[in-house]
Amino acid sequence: MRIELVKRPERSALFAALSPFIALGLTLIAGAIMFSLLGKNPVEALYYYFIDPLREVWSLHELAVKAAPLILIAVGLSICYLSNNWNIGAEGQFIVGAIVGSILPVMFPDFQSWIVLPLMLLMGIVGGAAYGAIPAYLKVRFNTNEILTSLMLVYVAQLFLDWMVRGPWRNPAGMNFPETRTFSAAATLPEIWSASGRANWGFVFAIVAAIAMWFMLSRTLKGFEVLVLGQSPRAGRFAGFSQSRMVFFAFLVSGGLAGLAGISEVSGAIGQLRPTISPGYGFAAIIVAFLGRLNPLGIIAAGLVLALSYLGGEAAQISIGVSDKVVRAFQGMLLFFVLACDTLILYRIRFVGSSAAKTVEGTQNA
Amino acid sequence: MKKTILSLAAAAAVMSFGTVAAEAKVKACWIYVGPIGDFGYSYQHHQGLLEAKAKFGDELETAYLESVPEGADAERAIERFARSGCNIIFATSFGYMDPLNKVAGKFPDVKFEHATGYKREHPNVATYNSKFHEGRYVQGVIAAKESKAGVAGYIASFPIPEVVMGINAFMLGAQSVNPDFKVKVVWANTWFDAGKEADAAKALIDQGVDIITQHTDSTAPMQVATERGIKAFGQASDMIKFGPTTQLTSIVDDWGPYYIERIQEVIDGTWKQSDVWGGMKEGHVVMAPYANMSDETKKLAEETEAKIKSGAFNPFTGPVTKQDGTEWLKAGEVAQDSVLLGLNFYVKGVDDKLPQ
Repeated sequence: MRIELVKRPERSALFAALSPFIALGLTLIAGAIMFSLLGKNPVEALYYYFIDPLREVWSLHELAVKAAPLILIAVGLSICYLSNNWNIGAEGQFIVGAIVGSILPVMFPDFQSWIVLPLMLLMGIVGGAAYGAIPAYLKVRFNTNEILTSLMLVYVAQLFLDWMVRGPWRNPAGMNFPETRTFSAAATLPEIWSASGRANWGFVFAIVAAIAMWFMLSRTLKGFEVLVLGQSPRAGRFAGFSQSRMVFFAFLVSGGLAGLAGISEVSGAIGQLRPTISPGYGFAAIIVAFLGRLNPLGIIAAGLVLALSYLGGEAAQISIGVSDKVVRAFQGMLLFFVLACDTLILYRIRFVGSSAAKTVEGTQNA
Repeated sequence: MKKTILSLAAAAAVMSFGTVAAEAKVKACWIYVGPIGDFGYSYQHHQGLLEAKAKFGDELETAYLESVPEGADAERAIERFARSGCNIIFATSFGYMDPLNKVAGKFPDVKFEHATGYKREHPNVATYNSKFHEGRYVQGVIAAKESKAGVAGYIASFPIPEVVMGINAFMLGAQSVNPDFKVKVVWANTWFDAGKEADAAKALIDQGVDIITQHTDSTAPMQVATERGIKAFGQASDMIKFGPTTQLTSIVDDWGPYYIERIQEVIDGTWKQSDVWGGMKEGHVVMAPYANMSDETKKLAEETEAKIKSGAFNPFTGPVTKQDGTEWLKAGEVAQDSVLLGLNFYVKGVDDKLPQ
């Protein structure tokens, strides 16, 4: 017997709604098997993974801290991917946004006023957008592949940050360690509700950005333009939409949001620049974007789920003593099942009888 | 179905009663920057955890988190431990410094220990580190005795004072035997990346070095050295398994004695803030057995080690000239700890430009 995927004539609304639950069920089953094989109690493991991080207020704050950059970046990426622009370099735009946004607190630490923080955020957005404009320009002008250029620019940004914090921006009072001076209170993104935890305004920015992008995509002409040019560039041309301007629009929006995420993370959660400021948010956000089916509101949920899997992984490591590798394997299973089950929206599964299978095998061998 | 319900009930029972069993006197928690399977830095800290566990038995409860990124995630990991009932938390990487001090202010009853940092902003924060450079000096002596080419390769991680100190100590040790000895440095810009470290080792060997030493944590350089038939030094742990005919010796970070001492102090209620920089004398830096070298070299290495261990000799004793030709230490002058802890220049003889 053989299993075939057959394309559905149209999207299945039923499976669009069901697939996350099927995925969750499969993850729980596969996870339970894995934890049992490791000699751990599967119910306990799953409890620490999914429930424990949600039980305490401080932990919810941590969830917001972890999810904020993922959501902000992924929302921007969704515009890129919907319009058929493959920006893989959000990690670099995040870093450059953080660097440009940090110019004031690092180079002018004595400049302390209420205006500092808004300026920093603005500069972060501009920095990220400008960095995103490079692959956009290369694509429009020279027809280069933006996947390669945007990815390569990530490494450039990482090494540039590394050089800055070891060289020109090294903290003069920091014993030669590679980090900048710590930001003053005026340059620190405030916490939303500091009595209970450290979630900062970055999370609010993420939610606002997601809602704004959702509105843009579903209610405005610009959103229509994004979707048309993404699905059919030819149809877009007939409608009078400019392909080149869309490339710039998508990269500037996603670069700007990634830059905002960068400066928010540095100002709100870290408090200084260091050689590494992101554990790969720019890449994880690609998963978040697709997990949220490129819908900005879905991305909010997806970002929270991925953040939960990080927090739950830590809780599981501490409480039941599984290793870091097991935790990541489980996270991988979750993502795999979610993305794989979405296949059911566009395809249906057909079981083909064994005689038919043999014929096909026979022809292949011949 | 029945079975499922039964196992669910059993699990619930385990969960509700699990915490009551075996009341430990003290809970100690560790945060590692790498995986405990790196056979280098984090592995060695984990060996310290295991030593403490063996010493205290049921009196001590332990927990650890591995591969915790430096940055925003570190604060969460530290706070999670502080909230989960840890009495003492060992954060074992430099990048945990600011988050640790931030969390420490919120949990005055928990003791916080930070390896390789210098900030102690609250009375419940202590710092500790080891004088690895003492072992590097001994390695330098061995390298100069055993090398035929008169040049050794040094795979370095990041140009922070600890690493620069190690390169300088190695150079000074080698010069004590052969004043013309040279050291070539490759900056791998990573603490743990087997691929990059192997490439660095190959590049150095192609440039004619016949001894490799490393300040990165994987065993890859040792394996490359074995393939190419030259000698090498291990890092952080005894890597003899990975180069039985290659490893001359290794600097073993033995954190166990420190961890046991500090946990005992928590139990006794005598724990105080401190800044410990232990070396061979305190048993924090141990040389792996000398192997794959002539008896003459072995004897000299043992003598050098004994001299440092007894406190009679400090590797940074003048006369020492900086790379740029100016004088750093006059004859007989010993470098101050404060200068060493912010070291950002090479001594004469290092064939490299220090990244600034």
